[in-house]
Amino acid sequence: MNKKTKTPLFHVAKRGALRWYQAWAIRGAAILLALIVCGVVTSLVTGENPFAVYAAIWKGSFGTPRKMWVLLQNIAMLLCVSLAVTPAFRMRCWNLGGEGQALIGALASAACMILLPGKVPNWAILPCMLLCSLAAGAVWAGIPAFFKAKYNTNETLFTLMMNYVATQLVAYYCVVWESPKGSATIGIINSKTELGWFPVVGGQKYLLNILIVAALCVAMHVYLNYTKHGYEIAVVGESERTARYVGIKVERVVIRTMLLSGAICGLAGLLLVAGTNHTLTPTIVDGRGFTAVMVSWLAKFNPVWMIFTSFLLVFLGRGAGEIATKFGLNHSFGDILTGVILFFIIGSEFFINYQIKLTRGAGKEE
Amino acid sequence: MKKILAMVLALTMIFALCVAAAPAASAAEPVKAGFIFLHDETSTYDLNFINGAREACEKLGVEYIFKTNIPEGQEAADAAEELIDEGCNFIFADSFGHESFLMQVAKDYPEVQFCHATGTQAHTAGLDNYHNGFASIYEGRFLGGVAAGLKLNEMIESGAITADQAKVGYIGAFPYAEVKSGYTSFFLGVRYVCPSATMDVTFTNSWYDPTLEKEGAIKLISNGCVLLSEHADSMGAPTECQDKGVPFVFYNGSAANDCPDTFIVASRIDWAPYMEYAMTCVAEGKDIGADWTGTIATGSVKLTEINDKAAAAGTAEKIAEIQALIESGELKVFDTATWTVNGQTLTEYMADVDDMGDFAPDTNVIADGYFHESEYRSAPYFDIDIDGITNLDA
Repeated sequence: MNKKTKTPLFHVAKRGALRWYQAWAIRGAAILLALIVCGVVTSLVTGENPFAVYAAIWKGSFGTPRKMWVLLQNIAMLLCVSLAVTPAFRMRCWNLGGEGQALIGALASAACMILLPGKVPNWAILPCMLLCSLAAGAVWAGIPAFFKAKYNTNETLFTLMMNYVATQLVAYYCVVWESPKGSATIGIINSKTELGWFPVVGGQKYLLNILIVAALCVAMHVYLNYTKHGYEIAVVGESERTARYVGIKVERVVIRTMLLSGAICGLAGLLLVAGTNHTLTPTIVDGRGFTAVMVSWLAKFNPVWMIFTSFLLVFLGRGAGEIATKFGLNHSFGDILTGVILFFIIGSEFFINYQIKLTRGAGKEE
Repeated sequence: MKKILAMVLALTMIFALCVAAAPAASAAEPVKAGFIFLHDETSTYDLNFINGAREACEKLGVEYIFKTNIPEGQEAADAAEELIDEGCNFIFADSFGHESFLMQVAKDYPEVQFCHATGTQAHTAGLDNYHNGFASIYEGRFLGGVAAGLKLNEMIESGAITADQAKVGYIGAFPYAEVKSGYTSFFLGVRYVCPSATMDVTFTNSWYDPTLEKEGAIKLISNGCVLLSEHADSMGAPTECQDKGVPFVFYNGSAANDCPDTFIVASRIDWAPYMEYAMTCVAEGKDIGADWTGTIATGSVKLTEINDKAAAAGTAEKIAEIQALIESGELKVFDTATWTVNGQTLTEYMADVDDMGDFAPDTNVIADGYFHESEYRSAPYFDIDIDGITNLDA
C-alpha cells in the first residue's frame, strides 16, 4: 500500500534555556514589530503620519517636567497595587480583588478625613487613616481568603465579586457625604484645613507617594526573596502537597498572604485619597486593580521588573491620551495601539519558550 | 542621584521650552483655550460641549486644545496644569465634579482664567479668575414639554389613550436640583397644553449609563407611561423608545437619525455664546462674570429641529408662540399658580443658593408669583417635589 501522509511544514518545539541576551533580542524584535504594525494601522485607519503619532505618545509622558511627574505618580500607583497582588499570585492564589481592596482602603481614608476632625487631635488623623485603610483592605481580602482556606471556595470569583460590593459601598457613601445635595459627588475633602492630606515633600506634590511606593517595592522584593514568609509562599505556589508535607500550614499562609495583599491595596487607596485626589469617587482606583494583574504577570511576579512593566502600561496609556488630544483621535484609538503592543509583548514570551522548526522532509512522500 | 535627576529635569525643561516656544512665537492670537471634557464625543453631553467649543473658537479664531476622558479627580487638575504648560490662558471644564479641582488650580494660576459649566461655587469662592456658567435650560425643557403635551392631546383625540392615561415618564440621573428643575419644568410644559397629564420619574444615579437608562425606559413604559423624556447622557432610553414605538423628547441633541419614528424634539444648551463671551473677555482684558446665565432669549437655550414624523401637527407653531411669551417675560415657567405642593400654593421657598457645603437654605426664591430659577445663581436650585409627579424610586 502506498499511503500518503502529509507532514506539516513547521512544528513547535520546546526551547532550551535561552541566554539572557537572546531572550531580550526576541523581546526587542517583538516591540519593533509591534511599532511597525501600529504604524501601518495608524496610517491606514487615520491617515496620520505614524512617526508623528509615536512622537506624540512619547511627549505624552516626557513632554514637560509636569508630565514626567504625572507619569511617575501613575507608575507609583499602578506599581503599588501590582505589588499588593503579587504575593498572592506567587502562591497561585488569584486575587482579582485589588480594585475593591484599594477602593475600600480609599473609603476608609476618606471616612477618617470627614468624620475625625474635631473628635481626635489633628496630628492623629493621618495615623488613623493609615491604620483604617490598611485594616479595611485586609478585611476585604481576608473574607475571600477565609472562605478559601476553610471551604476551598474559588478565590478568583470571590475577590472579583467583592470589587462590586466595594464599588457600590463607595457609591453609597458618595451620596451620604455628597456636597452639594443630590450631586453624588463629595468634592475636595477638608479643602480649607487640609486635614488628612499628605504633606508636600520637596515642593513636589507627588514625590511622597513615589517615595513610599519605591520603599514598598524594595520591601516586597526582600519579603518575597529573603524571608521565611516569602519562601513559604513560593513553596505553596509550587505545590500545596509539598508544602503540607514539609509542615507548612497552607491555610495560615493563604490567609496571611491575602491579608497582606489586601492591606497593601488599602495603602494604595490611602495614597490616592490622602496623597493626590483628596476626594472619593467610585472610579478613583481607575481599573488599576485589574491592570495590576497584567503588570504582575508580565513581570513574572518579580517586584523589580514590575517597575518596568508598570512604566510600559502607564506610558502607553498616557500616550493614548496625548494622541487623542493632539490629533483629535478618539481615546479608543490609543487603546487599540496599546492592545497591538501588548499582543506582541505577550506573544514574544511564546517564542522565548518555544521555537518553530522547519520539519525535515516536509512535503515529501514517504 | 539627586543631581542627575535635577540635570535630567532641567534638560527636559529646556528641551520642552524650545519645543513649546517654536509654535508659540508664530501664534499671534492672545487667547489660547484649553477644554477639559469628562468623556468624548460618544457622550451626548460632552458632544454638545465639544460642538459649542469648536464653534466659538473657530468664530473667534482662537487656538484651542481639547482634552477628553478626564475623570472628576486629580486628573482634572493635572489636565488643567498641562494645558497651562501648553500656553493656554483660558481653561474650560464641562463636568460638575471637575469644579473643586479646577478651583485648586485657579488659586495657583491667577493670570489664567477658568470657566466651569454647571458649577455652584464661583459666586461665593472669592476667586477673581474662577467663573461658573450655565443656561436657563428650564425654558427649553418647558417647550419640550409643550411638544410632548401636544402629542398626548393628539393621542387622546385619536382614541389611542384616554385623558386619564396621559402619563409621561422621565428618566433622571440623580435626584439633584438640576435634574428636578429639569423634569418639573418639562412636566409644567406638558400640563400647560394637556391639563390631565401626570408624570412618573425614575433615577439611574449615574449621568451616563446606557443599560440603566434603557432599563429605566422599560420600567416606565411597563408602568403605563405613553411618552418619555430624560435627563441622562446616553442613547439607552431613546433606542428603547424606538423599539417600543413610544414617542420621546430628548436632551442635548437630536436623535432623529437613530430614532426616526419616535423622536419628537430635544432641548439643549448651546454653549457657544458663553464660551464666546468668556474668551472675548479674556482677549479684551475684561472681567468675566463670576456667575453667568444664558437664556432662551440670548440664544443659549435651543430646541433642535422638530421631527414631523413623530410630533403632533402644529407643534412648531405652538412652540414659537409660547417661546415668544417666555422671551417677553409674559409667561413664567415656574408660575406658582400652575403647581402645588400637597395641595398648597407656595408663597415663599428658601433654597440653598450659596453652596457652602452646609446644605442650609439661605435665600427666598419665590416672589411676584413665581419661582426665580437661575437668577440668584446660574446653576439650578429648584428642588421642590410638586403634585402630579410620582417618584417611582421613593
